Amino acid sequence: MSTLNIVNKSPFEKRTLDQCLSRIAAGDAVLLIEDAVVVAAAGTSYETELKSASASHKLYVLSPDLEARGLAERSLVDGFSCVDYKGFVALVTEHDRVHSWL
Amino acid sequence: MEEEYAGGVEKKFIYINRRAPHGTVYPLESLETVLIGAAFDQDVSMLFIDDGVYQLKKDQSTESIEFKNFAKAFRALEMYDVEKLFVEAESLQERGLVEDDLLVDVEVIARAKVSELIDQQDVVLSF
Amino acid sequence: MKISILVNEGPYQHQASDSAYQFCVAAIDSGHEVSRVFFYHDGVNNGTNLTTPPQDDRHIQKRWSALAESNGVDLVLCVAACQRRGIVDEGERDRNKKDAINVADGFRISGLGQLIEAGIESDRLVTFGD
Repeated sequence: MSTLNIVNKSPFEKRTLDQCLSRIAAGDAVLLIEDAVVVAAAGTSYETELKSASASHKLYVLSPDLEARGLAERSLVDGFSCVDYKGFVALVTEHDRVHSWL
Repeated sequence: MEEEYAGGVEKKFIYINRRAPHGTVYPLESLETVLIGAAFDQDVSMLFIDDGVYQLKKDQSTESIEFKNFAKAFRALEMYDVEKLFVEAESLQERGLVEDDLLVDVEVIARAKVSELIDQQDVVLSF
Repeated sequence: MKISILVNEGPYQHQASDSAYQFCVAAIDSGHEVSRVFFYHDGVNNGTNLTTPPQDDRHIQKRWSALAESNGVDLVLCVAACQRRGIVDEGERDRNKKDAINVADGFRISGLGQLIEAGIESDRLVTFGD
């Protein structure tokens, strides 16, 4: 049993990502969409935290949102996988439930 | 308003409340959904974390801002068989609140137990 | 799989309804059934037919209506949210003595029970919001 957690806020603006990571189960996945994608790019002050999160969680980022924000060419933080919308759909079906951290 | 659901399926629903009341409409709508949903005879839990714990704060008085004081409705949840209210201990502590500040009986759980609770659910609705 | 969607935000202001739409298209393309999209809070503003976005911009309402027509997706607007925000169908016009109807093709106005029912009857419920 595992949950797909979706975060859509940049951690530079809201604390949602931290609030999510502090509570999810080992084996849960986290998908960053919308403004949250900015932090999947390497070189931000969140890189260390996300790298350690990737040890116990699968981390995904929605590539169309990354492209839209000019970050498609940046290397990603180790442990992140890119998905398109079809990949997003697949993640929804592969997990038992979806929790959008609004 | 809603007819009783005759589908015979019972799922576990959790309503996750993370926002303070009144600043946005979501906390009020969360409660509305729970009350409407009660007619469907599902297994319902409500979880209050982060600023969501303020929704249960005693002594809310909304007359001056001309808002409906929906906090009173939390006391009525029992009549709708919604009895599983969970509040995260760390969220209370961070805000200088204690269980006695809350207007209904709740089960206080540790942050480390939140994922366990969510892991038991079929449907997660977050407000 | 049977998937339902909850949209909490209005069009153009927040990316939520765009994300929800792109997700629905991909889900259908992947062979899944998107049985219902429930629009709640400001999300009901996705269902007014009175919008005129600039020609070089996407037409969010028309995209939803087309999705309903081509794939039979049930687009449901929360009645209480509609009443607060002025989204009106024939029944609401008559009941509340209004002089216009603005609910777009493919959308219907109904109660919150439709959201609960979607949660019960779908394999997954995915929320897009703020």
